[in-house]
Amino acid sequence: MNKLKQVKNIIITKPQKLDCGKEISNFPISYETYGTLNEKKDNAILVFHALTGDQFASGKNPITNKDGWWSYALGSGKAIDTEKFFVICANVIGGCMGSYGPSTIDEETGKPIGTNFPVITINDMVNAQYNLIEYFKIDKLFAVIGGSMGGMQVLQFVSNFPDKAHIAIPIACTSSHSAQNIAFNELGRQAILADTNWKNGLYEQNKTSPDKGLAVARMAAHITYLSKKGLQEKFGRKLQERDDLKFSFDADFQIESYLRYQGSVFVDRFDANSYLYITRAMDYFDLSKKFNGNLSAAFSNTTSKFFVISFTSDWLYPTAENREIVIALNAIGADVGFVEIESDKGHDSFLLDVPDFLDTLGNYLKTNYKTVNEKRI
Amino acid sequence: MKKEFKVISELILQNSKVLDVGCGDGELMKFLKDNKTTKIRGLEISKNRVQNCLSKGLTVIEGNAENDLQQFPNNSFDFVILSQTLQAFLDPEKVISELLRVGKKAIVTIPNFGYWKVRLNLLMNGTMPVTENLPNEWYNTPNLHMCTLRDFFNFCSKREIKIFKSLALKNDKALNLSAKNLAWRNLESQLGIFLIEK
Repeated sequence: MNKLKQVKNIIITKPQKLDCGKEISNFPISYETYGTLNEKKDNAILVFHALTGDQFASGKNPITNKDGWWSYALGSGKAIDTEKFFVICANVIGGCMGSYGPSTIDEETGKPIGTNFPVITINDMVNAQYNLIEYFKIDKLFAVIGGSMGGMQVLQFVSNFPDKAHIAIPIACTSSHSAQNIAFNELGRQAILADTNWKNGLYEQNKTSPDKGLAVARMAAHITYLSKKGLQEKFGRKLQERDDLKFSFDADFQIESYLRYQGSVFVDRFDANSYLYITRAMDYFDLSKKFNGNLSAAFSNTTSKFFVISFTSDWLYPTAENREIVIALNAIGADVGFVEIESDKGHDSFLLDVPDFLDTLGNYLKTNYKTVNEKRI
Repeated sequence: MKKEFKVISELILQNSKVLDVGCGDGELMKFLKDNKTTKIRGLEISKNRVQNCLSKGLTVIEGNAENDLQQFPNNSFDFVILSQTLQAFLDPEKVISELLRVGKKAIVTIPNFGYWKVRLNLLMNGTMPVTENLPNEWYNTPNLHMCTLRDFFNFCSKREIKIFKSLALKNDKALNLSAKNLAWRNLESQLGIFLIEK
C-alpha cells in the first residue's frame, strides 16, 4: 500500500453531496495522464475505467507491474493516440488505487474506513471525476470514452454535463443494470461476505484478508466476460498438465486452472470492500429512473455526438441493451452512430486486440477531431 | 460519382435534415455532407460498411430498414433517401410508409424492370432477365419485388402518395418523367428517381 503514496492525486476540498445523502469533502482522487494537453486545451479525452480497472490505462501499471488495462487501445499510435490526445484517467471513488474508497485510511482511527465508507453510485463517481476537468482548466473535453462500467460513466457524464464533451463513446454497456447483471454481482458479493476472513469488512484491523471470497467473486465474474465459443475454442475439455482425469477435486481441466489463476492474481491487486462498493454502484445504475423511465430525457440537453459500440458475443451487456441507448438518442434527434463489432471474445472484447474495433474507434476519433477543430476555426 | 447520386443531391435542399437508408459506404452521404448539409445520418445493414462510414466521420447506425426505422420519430427528417433497395425488402409497402412517416419527403430510386432490354431478354430468351443493372440469376437475386416505372406510378396513386418530382435515367442522362411520357420513359430508362410525400 506504500506504493500508493506515489500515485498522482488531487484532494477535492469542495464538498460533494452523494446520492445516499451523505456529504464528503477533502477526499483524494488519484489519476494518471497520457500525452500532452495542447495550448488550446481542445485535445483532452477523459477515459473511464470498468469495475476492476484503475487510472493506469496504458503503459506499465507501477503498482502491479502489468500492462495498463487498455494498452491495446490507448497509447502512442494507438486508437486513442497519445501523440495527438491528452488522456486523463482517474480511479473511481470506491476504488482501491488511491482514490477515496473503503481502503482509505481514516485519519482519526489510523485504520481503513472499510464498511463505514458510504454506498456510492455511478453518478457520484462521475461528479467526483469532474473535478479533474476543472483542475486542468479544460473548458470542453474532446471526448469521454469508456467500456462496461466506464460506458455507464460516459452516459452519466453527458447526462450531468450536456455541453462538456464533443464526443461520447459508450462501449459495451447499458443504461440500466439488468436483473441478470445484478444477479451476477450479488453472487460475487455473497462469495466475499461468506468468507470468514471478511470480518464485516474490518479485515485489515483483524490482520486477515477475504482472499478466497474475492477470488471466487472474480472467477464467477470472469466467466461472464468471455463467450461460450471463446471458452470452448481456448480450453474445450483440455486437461491441465495430466494425461487423464484424477478423480478428485483438483483442477483437472485447463479452464479450472485458468479461473483459479485469474482469481488468485486478482486478490493481489484488488480490495474486497472496493469490489462490494463498486458492484453495488453498478447495480444501482439506472439512468432513466430520475426521468420517470424516459431515457431520452436523460440526454435532452446534450450537445455531444455519440458513438455507441457493442460486440456480437457480449452476453453481459448485449447489443440489444446498447441499442436502447441509440434508440433513446434517435428519439430526440441526437447525433448518434452505432455499430456492433463482430468478435467471439465476449464482453472483454473492448479490452482485447479486436482490430475491427480498434480501427473503427481510432479512425472515428481522428476524423472527428479534425471536424471539431475545423468548426471552431 | 454516380449520376444517380448527383440527381438525388439536386433534389435536396441546403441545410435540410437527411437520412440515407442503406447508405452503403457513405459515398452519397459524404457528397451531401460536403455540399448540401451536415445534418445527415445513415442506416446500413452491413457491419463492414457501417465501420467504413463511421471511420470517415459519418454518423451511421447499423440496422435494417424494415425494423430499425421504427426508432425515429415522425417527421424527424426533411428527406429520407432509399437508393435502389426498395425491391429487396420483404415488405416494400411497409418500408415506403415508414419512409414517409420518418421523413417529410422521401427520395426513392428504383431499377426499372420495364426497361426494353429487360423486356426483350425475357421475350427472346424466355428466362429471367440478367442485365448490367440486374446482374443476378433468379435463384440468387436479392431483388424480391421488382417493379417498373409504371408500377411505381400506379402504386403511388393507389396509396395516395404524391409524386412531387420524378426523373428517369437513360444511360446516365437525367430526363423528366411524367404521366404523359411514362410509356416511353418506362421503355427507354434504366432507373427511376421519385421525390414523394404523403
